Amino acid sequence: MSNADIDIEAAPLAADPNIAMASQWRLMWWKFRKHKLAMFSLFIIIALYTIALFAEFLAPFDPNSFDRRGGFHPPQMVHFIDQTEEGIKIRPYVYETKRNRNPVTLRTTYEKLETKKYLQFFAKGDEYEMWGFIPGDRHFLAPADPDDRFYLFGADRLGRDMLSRTIQGARLSLSIGLIGVGFALFLGLTLGGIAGYVGGFTDTVIQRIVELVLSLPTIPVWLALAASLPPSWSIEVRYFFITLIVSLVGWTELARVVRGRFLSLKNDDFVIAAQLDNASQRRIIFRHMLPSLTSHIIASVTLAIPLMILAETALSFLGLGLLPPAISWGVLLKEAQDVRSIVLGPWLFIPGGAVVLTVMAFNFLGDGLRDAADPYST
Amino acid sequence: MTATAKITAALPEDVILDVRNLRTQFALRTHVVKAVDDVSFALRRGRTTCIVGESGSGKSITARSILQILDAPGEIKGGTIRLRTAPRAGGHSGVLDLTALHPRSKAIRAIRGRDIAMIFQEPMSSLSPVHTIGDQIIETIRLHEKVSKAEARERTIELLRRTEIHEPEKAIDRYTFEFSGGMRQRAMIAMALSCNPQVLIADEPTTALDVTTQAEILDLMRELQTSYGMAIMFITHDMGVVAEIADDVVVMRHGKVVEAGEVNELFENPQHPYTQALLDSVIRLENRSALKKPEAEVLNLEAPPILSVEALNVTFPGKRGLFRKAPAGVHAVRDVSFELIRGESLGIVGESGSGKTTLGRSIASVRPPSSGQVRYQGTDGIKVDMADLSGATLNQYRRRVRMIFQDPYGSLNPRMTVGQIVAEPLRNNSPLSGNALQDKVAELLEQVGLPRDVMERYPHAFSGGQRQRVGIARAIALDPEVVICDEATSALDVSIRSQVLDLLIELQDKLNLSFIFIAHDIGVVRYFCDRVAVMRKGEIVELGPVSEVCSTPRHAYTKALLSAVPNPDPKARSMHLRNRYSEPGG
Repeated sequence: MSNADIDIEAAPLAADPNIAMASQWRLMWWKFRKHKLAMFSLFIIIALYTIALFAEFLAPFDPNSFDRRGGFHPPQMVHFIDQTEEGIKIRPYVYETKRNRNPVTLRTTYEKLETKKYLQFFAKGDEYEMWGFIPGDRHFLAPADPDDRFYLFGADRLGRDMLSRTIQGARLSLSIGLIGVGFALFLGLTLGGIAGYVGGFTDTVIQRIVELVLSLPTIPVWLALAASLPPSWSIEVRYFFITLIVSLVGWTELARVVRGRFLSLKNDDFVIAAQLDNASQRRIIFRHMLPSLTSHIIASVTLAIPLMILAETALSFLGLGLLPPAISWGVLLKEAQDVRSIVLGPWLFIPGGAVVLTVMAFNFLGDGLRDAADPYST
Repeated sequence: MTATAKITAALPEDVILDVRNLRTQFALRTHVVKAVDDVSFALRRGRTTCIVGESGSGKSITARSILQILDAPGEIKGGTIRLRTAPRAGGHSGVLDLTALHPRSKAIRAIRGRDIAMIFQEPMSSLSPVHTIGDQIIETIRLHEKVSKAEARERTIELLRRTEIHEPEKAIDRYTFEFSGGMRQRAMIAMALSCNPQVLIADEPTTALDVTTQAEILDLMRELQTSYGMAIMFITHDMGVVAEIADDVVVMRHGKVVEAGEVNELFENPQHPYTQALLDSVIRLENRSALKKPEAEVLNLEAPPILSVEALNVTFPGKRGLFRKAPAGVHAVRDVSFELIRGESLGIVGESGSGKTTLGRSIASVRPPSSGQVRYQGTDGIKVDMADLSGATLNQYRRRVRMIFQDPYGSLNPRMTVGQIVAEPLRNNSPLSGNALQDKVAELLEQVGLPRDVMERYPHAFSGGQRQRVGIARAIALDPEVVICDEATSALDVSIRSQVLDLLIELQDKLNLSFIFIAHDIGVVRYFCDRVAVMRKGEIVELGPVSEVCSTPRHAYTKALLSAVPNPDPKARSMHLRNRYSEPGG
């Protein structure tokens, strides 16, 4: 009988040192990577935020510029293979259209012509100031002739390009989600953390506040709050207050998640061990408890962002959130409120599609993160 | 081929279930886990076959393969499981290969519960909390047999009576939560027996129970087997239980059968080195460790005690609601007094709910006692009265009195490396930093038998025994004088248990430690401790040197507790002769 044969303890040390030395974030990433849908959603979200960040450059036109002859222009296809007498060339173009008005119904229709309107990458177009301070006039894709227009997503009632407006709207809509969650996280983390760690009477009071906020009928409260904002305020101030109102939804949920985690962690053996190691209160919270919480918090935050985006969209749609000339997806959808636009320009709903895409992507990403958040469970 | 020859061979008359070359695998993303690898054994009528092995040996997966209740992605990859089915109404008994049946087929469902019944380790989660015990058993009966409700109820009451449940006519209408752990396991057994199964598979049915309850359940199972004549497949990791109940034994390790045989033969003359090691580690725990100094030498009553506990009480107050008064609290520890002699190991044993863990945690200053005193007097002349501890004195006390936790998984922060975990007490309490700190941590790890280079690794890379070593390194980091071990070895496999205990004994010698060793396992106390205190319902009923308490217990409860401990010798089965303890006046 060999003693080594029964020495069970010796074996696991030989385990893959890669895994053995992997920190929680590495393990989480490994687990998250397996979640295909979440990975895909992550790419979509990164793409969406990139678009929002470089909105001025990526939009073909100034979102507020209009063309009197382009009202309710339908979406056009961009073609790349150009067949001319000189042979086949690869360059982007759209076909010209001619506007006709039915003399009886007064309905505008656009007729596709055979002539081509050429587009150009990095073409000169409308002037803009990137992020408000970098001047420029180059656009990712614009007509070769700066006075020409084309409509990938169609045009609205006034002949404004929907693509440019949707891209510009992404900036406000997407950032309101992030900033709103920032406020919510601050409130939720502080109040939830205090409730969970201190416990007792403090916990009871904070819990009752959370329940009170949760029991308020959200939509009427938002409406009332939003309606009380004077319309004379500037876009920036209004934006800030709308974010605050919207984050009222999110913080209660976060506070509950954080409190629950703190409560259960407080009695975990490794936290008690830290106490017995004479670790300071600060060290126990920040070095021992928070690292175990962060992954869960990130997952909850990701799931809270779409709520914010939806709230902003709903408020603006009702005309109580952001107001034109600010452009957000909710403001754009307001244009699609009446029957006329449904009949004449169903493409006005495209910003709604953008909202759906964003919300779905965030939800899948949040699901994936939540599953990966605890790399030690199987 | 011999394998096919075996399969086609007729089953001997007394074999009810025959498992041949069973292979069950779990296909993971990166590799295939062979959970059960070429396992063969037979269950015979009227005999108990114990499948014994440590965690991860594949014993439970074998049982689940038989019933085809494997969790995904588990799959039976080969072998046969032949069952001699009972004669049905209008049919004959026949031999059926269970591996050929689809896991969700009607045929296998008819066999589960009817021919083969199973009871699980955790009786709370295997009984429904929203139905009465009676309803659950009646449903099982009516699922498999065409009987009226009244008839099924009659039979259920009879079953509850046979499983020795008190007042079965009333118990039948009770809910699961009204039953104690032992009662629940009885109810599970009653349910399993409801259709007179041919085979009863018991997967660690007594592991979650206290020793005295375990003894009663084992007793009951043996008695039922003689009257029902079924075959029992009993899965356990406890050699004592094997010796007590088995007729045949199958020893498993890493998914393979390493040895099988008749119980007396196997215990007397184990062939495989693993079986020998397993038996050796159990028998070693029967006696005082050879590494320890003789009891009389340690128990020097002249010297002042290092720690004295006086009339300690711990109550958990009832939670006061907004509109109701605080309900009466739980009095977990009542008037406990004892002294810890310098250099001794004091065992505290008791069943679940006896207050031993609360007592340990209270002394470790996790939760302050409601009343009473803990006085600590160290070699360096530090005197601390724990009753009014706070601030600097509390910190000082916590440096001298350390704790090792039960759960090696929960007690190490998963987000820190082992090096950081062991460094934590040093970082908070000593001026060490940088390389000096690293060297000290490495030295501590080497002291507990771990190589220096594990510092970079995270706890998830370690086995239970290794994690417990990390926990020990953390406890001794500050050169303490008293270490409280809260069930420090009960989550470990037997073979590793004695290794960890030996390490503790070695450290005790080297660092001059005194231990308070909380355990529910008498064997461990006999091996490791010099004196033992027996706790029951928050009180110490008996306290004395281990040799005395174990050989001539004075209190009736101690007698009952000791006689309920399974004896790892199949020739000296003593459990049916055990003392039963009944509440005085109750």
